Amino acid sequence: MAEIKFEEALKKLEKIVEDLEKGDLSLDEALKKYQEGLELSRQCSQRLENAKKKIDVLVKNKKGEFELRPVDETKIEE
Amino acid sequence: MSKTTPDLFAQPADFKKTKHIYTISEITQDIKIILENTFGEVWVEGEVSGINKISTGTVFFSLKDNQSLLKCVMFYSYASEVKFEIKDGMQIICFGKISVYEKDGKYQLYAQKIEPKGIGSLQLALEQLKQKLETEGLFRPEHKKPIPYLPSRIGAVTSLSGAAIKDVLKVLDRRFSDIHIIIHPVRVQGEGAKEEIAQAIKDFNRLNEQLAKDEQIEVMIVGRGGGSIEDLWAFNEEIVARAIYNSKIPIISAVGHERDWTIADLVADLRAPTPSVAAELVTPKKEDLREKLDDLTRGLKRLFLDITTGFQETIDDLAHRLALNIGHSLELNISRYNAAANKLALLNPCILIQQYKIRALDLARQIYVRMVHLIKLRQSEFTRATEKLSSLSPLNILSRGYSIAFKIPESAILKDAKSIKVGDMVKTKLHKGEILSQVTEVF
Repeated sequence: MAEIKFEEALKKLEKIVEDLEKGDLSLDEALKKYQEGLELSRQCSQRLENAKKKIDVLVKNKKGEFELRPVDETKIEE
Repeated sequence: MSKTTPDLFAQPADFKKTKHIYTISEITQDIKIILENTFGEVWVEGEVSGINKISTGTVFFSLKDNQSLLKCVMFYSYASEVKFEIKDGMQIICFGKISVYEKDGKYQLYAQKIEPKGIGSLQLALEQLKQKLETEGLFRPEHKKPIPYLPSRIGAVTSLSGAAIKDVLKVLDRRFSDIHIIIHPVRVQGEGAKEEIAQAIKDFNRLNEQLAKDEQIEVMIVGRGGGSIEDLWAFNEEIVARAIYNSKIPIISAVGHERDWTIADLVADLRAPTPSVAAELVTPKKEDLREKLDDLTRGLKRLFLDITTGFQETIDDLAHRLALNIGHSLELNISRYNAAANKLALLNPCILIQQYKIRALDLARQIYVRMVHLIKLRQSEFTRATEKLSSLSPLNILSRGYSIAFKIPESAILKDAKSIKVGDMVKTKLHKGEILSQVTEVF
């Protein structure tokens, strides 16, 4: 699945519903938007179920550059 | 300390032996010892005047009341611990040692702690900084950045070992956590905390400049768990306030508990009463999102159905109108045709001919009837005339006994006796037969 952000998908879906609400679309356009909307809805739903958080710690290395290091959540929970 | 009291007016011979003559250093030293032993550490209350802070951080000032004045000095190591700004005219309570500054021969208070009178020191510091930053406009609402809805990347400036991060992670687990959280671990209290917090905020901003737009930190949570006012103090520091103010990334402050308000809270774009709430502010409930998504999906389907139904209705309507129009025009044409046909039928010459024929027959019949009638009339007239004629015929008169006399041979009817003479032959015509006679006499 193309990695689309949940909120982006949701926003797009909102926009589509708005567009349909305006009701000045041709049947072809409406059908296209409807299909797109259904797909977005499906993606959102999937992401909603499978969402998982990711935790990193920001560290500066010796050169002063930023690095993201994954952190073991259990360590924080201790 | 000397054992004898010097008599400055006596001039004994053994002056130099019996009299102790101090050097300045000695006497100053003695005075210092006396003062220090006598007073030791003291609390002194008074009004600040002549405050002078030099570049090393040492602060010089005087404390005074109506009649007297006490010189005071506070070295940097102590002065840096004073949270509020000491100002002229301020009533303070000062703790320190009374001692002598030998070089100037001046006694003074070596201050170690300063408390404002009537109000806690931290409280005052807070009020002062608040006022200062407020004047500068750091709390202005128009400066506050909106907090993004459903951010994908969150920065957290807090301690890795503190309660705050645990609370935040717990909330993320509970809620919709399609989120990448990046923790910048910092000390949140004690030495160096304020600098680390401020630096971390700057670091995140710098990091964002290096990241692609869709990888950037969208919002920061800056905070810590609960603690005493001293524990939370780093979040009341100016350096932290300014770092928050200057951050391009929106910041949610989350310091301590609901009741704790810090300067950081005032500058932040949004203040969360606790770290948990901060996490909740950026991560909506799954159920809410599910509901929203379902609403949208339902709306989508309903709208589409509406639209297609609308089109269907339009088509039906058009079809109906089309049928109606065709039917109508058909009917119209049929009736026009019928009318024309009727008219044509009416104009059919056969009928006319027929009519004329009928009329001709009729006329013929009339002629015949009239002719018959006329003939009958004429016949009867004729009969009557004949009858009349016959009635008028002299022969008829004869039948009633009359007779006609003719002279012979002329056969002229005799109407006058003078026309005849004796001897003439007369023929007399009777009703039936004739008589031939000879005249014998005329009268």
